[in-house]
Amino acid sequence: METAEREKKFQEKIDSGQKIEAKEWMPDNYRKQLIRMISQHAHSEIVGMLPEGNWITRAPSLRRKAVLLAKIQDEAGHGLYLYSAAETLGIDRQTLINQLLEGKAKYSSIFNYPTLSWADIGAIGWLVDGAAIVNQTMLSRGSYGPYCRAMVRICKEESFHNRQGYEIIYQLANGTPAQKEMAQDALNRWWGPSMQMLGPSDAASANSEETMKWQIKVESNDTVRQRFIDRTVPQATAAGLTIPDADLKFNDATGHWEIGEIEWEEFYRVVKGKGPCNRQRLEARRKAEDEGAWVREAAAAYAAKQAQRQVKAA
Amino acid sequence: MTGNQALFEYLLHRGDNALILAQRLGEWCGHAHQLESDIALTNVALDQMGQARMLLTEAGRVEAKGRSEDDLAFFRVEREFRNALLVEVDNGDFARTITRQFLFDIFQFHTLKALRQSENEFLVGFATKSLKEVTYHRTLSTDWMKRLGDGTALSHDKMQDAINVLWEYTPELFDITEGDAVLTKAGIIPDMEAIKLAWNEEVRSVIAEATLEIPNTLGYEARGGRIGHHTEHMGYILAEMQYLPRTMPEAKW
Amino acid sequence: MINTPDSPQGNLWEVFIQAKPGIPHKHAGSLHAVDAESALLSARDVYTRRGEGMSIWVVPSHEIVASTEAEADSFFDPADDKVYRHPTFYEVPEGVKYL
Repeated sequence: METAEREKKFQEKIDSGQKIEAKEWMPDNYRKQLIRMISQHAHSEIVGMLPEGNWITRAPSLRRKAVLLAKIQDEAGHGLYLYSAAETLGIDRQTLINQLLEGKAKYSSIFNYPTLSWADIGAIGWLVDGAAIVNQTMLSRGSYGPYCRAMVRICKEESFHNRQGYEIIYQLANGTPAQKEMAQDALNRWWGPSMQMLGPSDAASANSEETMKWQIKVESNDTVRQRFIDRTVPQATAAGLTIPDADLKFNDATGHWEIGEIEWEEFYRVVKGKGPCNRQRLEARRKAEDEGAWVREAAAAYAAKQAQRQVKAA
Repeated sequence: MTGNQALFEYLLHRGDNALILAQRLGEWCGHAHQLESDIALTNVALDQMGQARMLLTEAGRVEAKGRSEDDLAFFRVEREFRNALLVEVDNGDFARTITRQFLFDIFQFHTLKALRQSENEFLVGFATKSLKEVTYHRTLSTDWMKRLGDGTALSHDKMQDAINVLWEYTPELFDITEGDAVLTKAGIIPDMEAIKLAWNEEVRSVIAEATLEIPNTLGYEARGGRIGHHTEHMGYILAEMQYLPRTMPEAKW
Repeated sequence: MINTPDSPQGNLWEVFIQAKPGIPHKHAGSLHAVDAESALLSARDVYTRRGEGMSIWVVPSHEIVASTEAEADSFFDPADDKVYRHPTFYEVPEGVKYL
């Protein structure tokens, strides 16, 4: 079959809402876009373990410590599911890891910010996971089967992440004056980056045309961001906290919350490597990879030895 | 020492073992050599946290002075902690972490098996439930002992180093305090001599299969945890762990 | 045929979980492991943290043999017109039971 005809059939499948599976024919760019998106998503989960991991040993109650451990563990699992989804497209996990560690791959800008207080842990669960849920729910309706299934699994696990974060923030905001101040300060620092994390407007986004045509994404960044804002503002109010945006106002006509200017200059700078913690995040991942090399090699060597022994015994 | 005091001390001992070990394992989250292992280690940490919470809550109840699990975890000083020194040793590399885990898992496995026959209802329930997860920990850590002991020359050396460092901390696991003797007599905890025999047999067998050796510690046995004389690590562990509740003692979290 | 690992991450394995006794194992996802024992332990840690099941199968991914897209029409379409394989195709006289 001619490529043009294959592409036509492929587009028809997409338009009819049918999922594309791993072994099917797909345009090269579809495969490339998916590998890019899925791997960036996977890298984000893994790097995302670090800012929260920073507070495991300092969690202020045993219950909070257990919850935080379980939450971060889920992020490792999410990274794993996503690398697996990317692998269905013909690229292996080690290659993807190498891309991240060599600074050749992007990951979500939000994880390049420091966690300066316990309230930051609340803010991340509330805002970052909140935004992720809105985005991932949208992505689970996309066209590529393995990615969608990963999204469904991730969304199920993510909802507790969001709740535990909000629970922390709410507790703080309604606690001692020092705790309330801690919560407001965290919101002040994490709001801006949370607005940026869902990505630039589609006019400014290079990949949007293809990803929308092929329903890898089914809604625009702006639509997803607006949904997140509308959900989150009342949550802040309920907790007695103030969103740090003087231009924030409710539009009675549209029924939506309108925000002020998003700092896109900051977003691009951080994505390109110049944020508060980019260096530390990659250093930590490189260290884990390098210091773990002997373990992986030993595990492989043992498995090979055992295989030999079984052959001999047979 | 009354039976109640002895029980309180014992629950603290077991609870602090679990708590400090969980604290150490938590340091690995996000830094393991592979995602699958990061998740596995965190599972062990979570199981230990669960045990710590059960044990410390019960300790507070037995003490009957109104102290909760968090009061005990965050507002005692080093001298009041009763964990064995083994669990507070720094993680080092994965060889040391997994060897520490193995030595502790075999101890837990045999102790919990015996605790199911306790005269104390709480300990029976605790042991029955915890034995399931500890059985899994034992499978996991034993597997790694063999994998790394008999993997590459480098992994073998690292594992031997780990055993060399940790072996002197193991005798303390089987120490019988005055309080323990009271509890054993009352059928509440097992005789640790029997546990020690089972532990030695199993540990030595796995170490041999892993092509590793028991080191010569020149008779030195590291102990002190049962009377609150810990290693230099303990101060730092608690400084980090207790920081928030101690700086804001009226706050609820 | 014993699986030997050939990459730093180990080989790719597919994981199937049986939620309850009596129902089929369902594909849960994949993971990397150097051998079967390791794959089983990892599958337990990665895919059963929320009580998803009580039995695990792990299979090296390369052992899965799959039908191809090109074969799909010839494999599956011919079954579509064999309505007589379904009980609803048949008329049961009124009042007659147990058919």
